[in-house]
Amino acid sequence: MNTIFIAIIVLLALAIVFGLILGYSAIKFKVAGNPIVDQIDSILPQTQCGQCGHPGCRPYAQSIADGEAINKCPPGGQATIEALASLLDVEVLELDGDHDENPVKTVAYIREDECIGCTKCITACPVDAILGAAKQMHTVIVDECTGCDLCVAPCPVDCIDMLEVPTTIGNWKWQAPSNFNQFSQQLIATDKTPAAELPS
Amino acid sequence: MGKVFAFHGGIHPPENKHQSSQSSIIKAPLAKILRIPVQQHIGVAAKVCVSVGDKVLKGQRIADAQGKFSVPIHASSSGTVCAIDLQSVPHPSGMNALCISIETDGLDQWIEHQGLEDFRALNKSQLIDYIRDRGIAGMGGAGFPTAVKLHLSDDHIVNTLIINAAECEPYITADDLLMRERASEIISGINILQHLIEPSHVIIGIEDNKPQAIRALKEAIEHSTYNIHVVSVPTKYPSGGEKQLIKLLTNVEVPSGGIPADVGIVCQNVGTVYAINKAVRLGESLVSRIVTVTGEGVSKPQNYETLIGTPFSTLLDAAGHRENNTARMLIGGPMMGYSISDTAIPVVKTSNCIIAASAREMPEPEPSQACIRCGLCEQVCPAQLLPQQLHWFAKSQEYEKAQQHNLFDCIECGACSYVCPSNIPLVQYYRHAKSSIREEQQERRKADLARERFEAKQMREQRAIDEKAEKRKARADQAAKAQEAKKLAAQNADISPENALDKLKSALSDTQAQIVSAQQALDALSGNSDASSSDTRLADLKLQQAKTKAHKLEQSIQDFKASDNTAIIDSKKLKIAAAQANTQLLKAQQALKTAQEKSLPGIEQLTATIAILNTEATRAAKAYSAVTPDAGTGSISKTSAPASASAAKQAIDLKKLKTAAAIARTKLKKAQTQYQQLLDQDLQDTDEAVALKEQLQLLGDKADATETAFISAKPEQSQAAPAAELQQNYDKAHKLYHKAFDALQKAQQANSPAVEKMQLSIDKLKVKLDNAERALNGATQQTTTVPTITATTGNSQSNVTPPVDLDKLRLRYQKALAAVEKAQLEQNPAAEKMKVAVDKLKSKLDSAEQANLETTGNDQPSTAPSQTLSPALQTDVDKLLKRYEKALVTLDKARLDSSPAVEKMQIAVDKLKAKLDDSLQQAPTTTQAATESVEKATTPGQTDQEKLQKRYNKALLTLEKARADNSPAVEKMQIAVEKLKAKLDNSQPQPAITQVVTELVEKTATAEQSDLEKLQKRYDKALITLEKARADNSPAVEKMQIAVEKLNQKSVNAEALANSEASNVLASISTESQE
Repeated sequence: MNTIFIAIIVLLALAIVFGLILGYSAIKFKVAGNPIVDQIDSILPQTQCGQCGHPGCRPYAQSIADGEAINKCPPGGQATIEALASLLDVEVLELDGDHDENPVKTVAYIREDECIGCTKCITACPVDAILGAAKQMHTVIVDECTGCDLCVAPCPVDCIDMLEVPTTIGNWKWQAPSNFNQFSQQLIATDKTPAAELPS
Repeated sequence: MGKVFAFHGGIHPPENKHQSSQSSIIKAPLAKILRIPVQQHIGVAAKVCVSVGDKVLKGQRIADAQGKFSVPIHASSSGTVCAIDLQSVPHPSGMNALCISIETDGLDQWIEHQGLEDFRALNKSQLIDYIRDRGIAGMGGAGFPTAVKLHLSDDHIVNTLIINAAECEPYITADDLLMRERASEIISGINILQHLIEPSHVIIGIEDNKPQAIRALKEAIEHSTYNIHVVSVPTKYPSGGEKQLIKLLTNVEVPSGGIPADVGIVCQNVGTVYAINKAVRLGESLVSRIVTVTGEGVSKPQNYETLIGTPFSTLLDAAGHRENNTARMLIGGPMMGYSISDTAIPVVKTSNCIIAASAREMPEPEPSQACIRCGLCEQVCPAQLLPQQLHWFAKSQEYEKAQQHNLFDCIECGACSYVCPSNIPLVQYYRHAKSSIREEQQERRKADLARERFEAKQMREQRAIDEKAEKRKARADQAAKAQEAKKLAAQNADISPENALDKLKSALSDTQAQIVSAQQALDALSGNSDASSSDTRLADLKLQQAKTKAHKLEQSIQDFKASDNTAIIDSKKLKIAAAQANTQLLKAQQALKTAQEKSLPGIEQLTATIAILNTEATRAAKAYSAVTPDAGTGSISKTSAPASASAAKQAIDLKKLKTAAAIARTKLKKAQTQYQQLLDQDLQDTDEAVALKEQLQLLGDKADATETAFISAKPEQSQAAPAAELQQNYDKAHKLYHKAFDALQKAQQANSPAVEKMQLSIDKLKVKLDNAERALNGATQQTTTVPTITATTGNSQSNVTPPVDLDKLRLRYQKALAAVEKAQLEQNPAAEKMKVAVDKLKSKLDSAEQANLETTGNDQPSTAPSQTLSPALQTDVDKLLKRYEKALVTLDKARLDSSPAVEKMQIAVDKLKAKLDDSLQQAPTTTQAATESVEKATTPGQTDQEKLQKRYNKALLTLEKARADNSPAVEKMQIAVEKLKAKLDNSQPQPAITQVVTELVEKTATAEQSDLEKLQKRYDKALITLEKARADNSPAVEKMQIAVEKLNQKSVNAEALANSEASNVLASISTESQE
């Protein structure tokens, strides 16, 4: 009888102690916000273009965390979808809507002699990449421009072009070697297809 | 020192160095155009500081360094800047970059330059800057700015300086030859570096395949005071790699991601050391370098001291380029170089070799095959990586994993590719993976920046919004406060109902004053014999407006009273108001009388206003009577104590009124006596008389007011007393009247000019008397029942309007009579007929009078039932119609006779017509109601069918018309009609179809019949008029004839059509029945 009581008391004491520890740590080490949202947000391209239907990348990250589809980011392309899929451990989806497989990077360019200085594009730019003042010519800070397109529509004189970012020596990158399967098909007789021919 | 360690892996490819190392270095020919890229180093491109057309000398700076990671560019030879544009540059992409093109003048004239006498005199940073200003960048391969490397000792403890002279790549012999020929300069350069870096020891690492160079260096060292070791390392690719050489010489491994300085070592290429020496000792900028031109594609493989910017083609030409024996052109060595297609690209600071390789030398790479995981690549990797794993990751674009396998430690030496049995271009994979990762990282950086900026912007916008909202809120609060304060003030101002009442009262008094003034004006006008009737009318209008205003105010007061508790005070005031209204009425009546005497034209209007005033007075009285019991009951209901108090108050009020009345009476008497005295004295002074009279009048009014107030106040106080008092009043008034009358008679006898005025006053007195009489009667009646007053007044009110109508009728009758008389006088033939009309009018007048009498006699509003009304209306309308027609006829006749009364008759006729129209308008509304009720009674389905039928009928009719007019749309209409018919048929139940059709036929037939009849009638009438016109020899006869003929044709056509249509319909019916 005595032993039972002792056991109960000991267990109770333990429960209280651990409960206190847990409660304290829950308050002390509480993680503010949803860390998964931050992780998703860091994967998204931060163009803030709104093509996903959300006003910016973070709201989309939030809604992805809440269960929205991961394939609504055209600027991110398939790479972003894959990254998101691996992060969230979900299936890789095709990019939603009819977008190019590999999105072309663009930056806004203001034809400065046509600009009337209305500041509409400045207010439209989500990343403050347009410089200018009322009745003064505006210009795009190319390095800051995310190519989100949002400044094109508000321009009353249509002087903003979305220019493809040209490949220069600076941003040139090595191409992946061409697929060797083609050659292996040519080499191994059983792999040969009628269409594939050996280079003479 | 001198001990050689080993690094992992490495290969032994065929060296092929002997071809180019046989002959000494020679100067390359001066190219016609030197193209100098502004970026020949790692870091930021230099900024062009010359413009096209500038003359430049050899060694002149043409582009400035931008920032720390940059070096300036100098002109390699003298000449003119001919272009600054994009040109192809040595780069694996084969892309263009900004180049400064110099058209050489062939003089190769140096800019004035001077080496440092004693470089030790300068401090280190100054010396480093001096070196940097000479444009020195690493000449081994990457082109790292040397100054940056030299500054490393600022924050690193550097104890070893390694001079990289390994030159492990096959084919290249530039450094070998340089060391062989210019060893002393190299040692001199090392001395400068030693001064700058202050290492504890200096090692020159050199492969053992360059014995001549080793010997030359060792000879040079003997003269040096410094501790320099020349260590020959075994020939093994890639011992020339920085990290590999460090490992070889010191057995220290540079950590992953680190630099040699982290382990206390600085490595410099031997070519760079030579350039530093040249720069410091001679002051010559880096404008040339040694380039190996080799391969089986050139006949004389050799090393050339080449000016920077010299096209490779110049070198190749100098070396005897054999294009037919050249399969590929490679910049750099065969292991790490890249092939180019354009030989116009210039030599830069990092270009150490160009190989024009024949197909035998460097065959096309074998087609790559699948990785067999043989592991050979791992064994040769100098960086101890797992090349095949990296290959897999790179291939599947799993860059993260590749990075985890230290992809960035790969030096891209190509050893793995060299040994791969599957010929997999492994280095290419790594390069691609590396650049992709770099791109991704850059994008990530950019994304982070974008996010930061986006968030900053959002925060800013939110802040702006918040600020705005706050401001708005503050403003709203302020406004609300202000409004509240206003409200409070307003409430304080009129919180007491007495105030409001006072306001109303004051307004009332104002309007009353207005009324008085208006009345005075009216009086004056009416008194003036010359006054025009329009003026009086205007005055009357004014008066009326004032009256209505007063009435409204009174009403509002009444309303106020109803809700107010302080009813007692108000009742008094109301009393006064009522009295005032009464006096006004009296005055108006007086005015009327005077006007009548003067037979002014505005009498009728005046009577009307008087009637209105009468009603107003009664209303005021009513209001008062309504208020007084209200007040009484209100006070009673509140508490019993205040009730007694109010009773007492009322008693006091009554007393006061009594006294006031008495005073007024006495005053009046006095005035009258004065007046009489005046009369007695027979004074002719009219002015005084007038003034006196006015006074008298006012007094009289006052007396009246008080009296009436007294009277009206009385009944509710005590119902027994008033009769006697009123009687007294009446008697007094009567006496007064008589006296006045006597005075008047006297005056008349004396032929006084004031007679008229006296007469007026007497009249007034009489009115007063009448009033008193009435008041007496009212009082007596009131003692029995109060409501009888209202009843009588109501009756009088209702009696007012019919006489007006009667008057109008009478007027018309009189006018008509006058017209008839005139006509008779003029011996008008229409006189008789007119007389008839007049007789009829008279009868109407009589009947109206009778009706009026009846209504007055009845004394009760007789509301006849509407059913009896409508026939009466009908008959009225009929009568009017007849009259109208007759009048028309007479008018026509009169016209024919060219009577002068035609115009008047026309007017009369028009009036009649208007009347007729009015009555006709009334008639349809009653009939319409009846028909509507009938329609409602029928079922909705039936109505639908009926509608369809109606539509069908209409369509048929229109079709017929169209046919008659030979319209081209007949066919289409026919189709539409048929469709309609089909619809109709569908809507009807099938068995009933024939019946309906027959009905339809009948209907159409009847419609046609009626139409026909109408036409016939019109035709007949037209014929009659035509005949008449003929009789009168009218000039319009011909036209009428034509019209009549047309009508005739129309009727005939209609008949024919009706016949044909009937037959058609019959035929369709028969076919349908058959179906």
